[in-house]
Amino acid sequence: MTDSQNNSGVVEPRGPKPRKIMSRRNIILYGTLLVVAIYYLIPLYVMIVTSLKGMPEIRLGNIFSPPVEVTFDPWIKAWSQACTGLNCDGLSRGFWNSVQITLPSVIVSIAIASVNGYALANWRFKGANLFFTILIFGAFIPYQIMIYPLVILLRDLGIYTKLPGLILIHSIFGMPILTLLFRNYFTTIPEELFKAARVDGARFWGIYFRVMMPMSLPIFVVAIIMQVTGIWNDFLFGVIYTKPDTYPMTVQLNNIVNSVQGVKEYNVNMAATLLTGLVPLTIYFISGKLFVRGIAAGAVKG
Amino acid sequence: MNSIEIKNLSLNFGDVKVLKDLNLSVEKGEFLVLLGASGCGKSTLLNCIAGLLDITDGQIFINNQNVTWYEPSERGIGMVFQSYALYPQMSVEGNLSFSLKNAKLSKEEINTRVKNASEILQIEDLLKRKPAALSGGQRQRVAIGRALVRDVEVFLFDEPLSNLDAKLRTELRVEIKRLHHKLKNTMIYVTHDQIEAMTLANRIAIMRDGLILQLDNPKTIYNFPVNKYVAEFIGSPSMNFIEGRLDGTNFEFDELSFNLEGYSFKEKIKANSQVWLGVRPENIVINEADKTMPVNCDVVVEVVEPMGADTLVWSSLNGKELRFTVEGNKIVNIGDKLNVGFDPAHVSIFDFETEDRL
Repeated sequence: MTDSQNNSGVVEPRGPKPRKIMSRRNIILYGTLLVVAIYYLIPLYVMIVTSLKGMPEIRLGNIFSPPVEVTFDPWIKAWSQACTGLNCDGLSRGFWNSVQITLPSVIVSIAIASVNGYALANWRFKGANLFFTILIFGAFIPYQIMIYPLVILLRDLGIYTKLPGLILIHSIFGMPILTLLFRNYFTTIPEELFKAARVDGARFWGIYFRVMMPMSLPIFVVAIIMQVTGIWNDFLFGVIYTKPDTYPMTVQLNNIVNSVQGVKEYNVNMAATLLTGLVPLTIYFISGKLFVRGIAAGAVKG
Repeated sequence: MNSIEIKNLSLNFGDVKVLKDLNLSVEKGEFLVLLGASGCGKSTLLNCIAGLLDITDGQIFINNQNVTWYEPSERGIGMVFQSYALYPQMSVEGNLSFSLKNAKLSKEEINTRVKNASEILQIEDLLKRKPAALSGGQRQRVAIGRALVRDVEVFLFDEPLSNLDAKLRTELRVEIKRLHHKLKNTMIYVTHDQIEAMTLANRIAIMRDGLILQLDNPKTIYNFPVNKYVAEFIGSPSMNFIEGRLDGTNFEFDELSFNLEGYSFKEKIKANSQVWLGVRPENIVINEADKTMPVNCDVVVEVVEPMGADTLVWSSLNGKELRFTVEGNKIVNIGDKLNVGFDPAHVSIFDFETEDRL
């Protein structure tokens, strides 16, 4: 031991600087985070707990207490028996409607928007800037203005209140923002790669499918997350452009929760809400990892 | 026979004229280097030859075929880019065979070609790897291989060595030279590095503002630059320039006077004209006692930069900076008084106004 250590009791600095875990800064930081997390998690907790209780238990009024008798009846009722207007087959009808709406809308809108973005970023065709400006302008027009004209348009096309109509609406409304997203991503891909592919004899589609698309997985995942959650959660278009038979899940959920006749079945409402929210939640969990992974890392320079 | 012929090529980006009525012909098997500072249009010219840019006017012939309206892949060219531009999601083999698959060649043909190219470039062990798992030098080799497999007439290189470190650059430079010797293809090589240009080229085209200033073999360009810009651009350390008057063969500036008998003038000089005298640092030598050089003067050493093989000495002549190189093992100290001289046969004289060689 050196003299200085013995005399003063202070350790000679060496190696990594020691950090105090319980410093004031950390306590404030993590304390705040914890409080905020609890604040957001309590409603979810109440929903889950309530959805697992029977009605007599709910009437006792202790919304925070865990269920004494766990029952899945409310979930079953919400899925297959709850009444929405004329139909009494629960949310299952809305779920399948939503799937039939979301899947094609997501695929169509992303397929078209990514090609748009690719063409705008790499093939500087005549009028590209004008086209892009119009498209971006579309992103800023309020939806409300277009609702009625679109009703007329869909009616004339004969697909008003039918699923294809709503799919068309979702695909169109996703276009400006998705095109912008893809264009901006494709412009970050080095131009030399595009040039190399042209020298190598690939054409418009060849470059898109074999060079650009494999490099763009992250942006496709972002677009899928955006579209699936956006379309699944949509209420406005769903309620306007469909009829009870073709209502998406969100509209059905509203009809269950807001029905005025009879007893308010809180447990069924909670279960129905959780069921509806399950899809976006799953998407976040699955795609989160893909999203973070740097797919294009080490692509060009190194 | 000309491999590439460019006739009256012009390219404008909006109002900016990047290339101006440019003519150039490259012989079969020639190694031509386009050299110039950034923004001189050399890469643009290469992209025009490759067909990656739409030209404003003019014609391009490759192999005596007018390819002006051809797609890049139909022109019989292979191109190597500065950033390698390898397809990151494909293996080395995939990168090499991409163009062949696009051309719909048979499997056996693709395999033989990929095998040949990878043998020439010594990348056989890397075929299964992805570009991300390669070093810079290996990536550039693959990029060259991608041009090689296509079995084309003309190779275009767009600053292929600029992203590599100094040592690797020297190695790959030699390798490109060897490759050219072996394949005997026509190659056009864009660079801003004059060493690469001097070492690789059969002919160098020095470009500035979209024009070719001088097109000649490296030796001629180095020894007989057509104007002051070329003289300044080529050579490191760069040429010394002294401003003065030329009266017959007498060069006068301030109180000094050099007799330049022995310099071969291109034309008869007007009496008493203002000129630049350019002398390369390595053409200035320290005189021994008997003053062997025709032109002499005394200078004081101000800065000494030893560079190993030789030493760069900074001094001044009547207040004008004068650089010259001496042998590396000669001891020169700051403050030394030296008598230096040069041979008028090895200088360049430029008109003061037009900066053209006289």
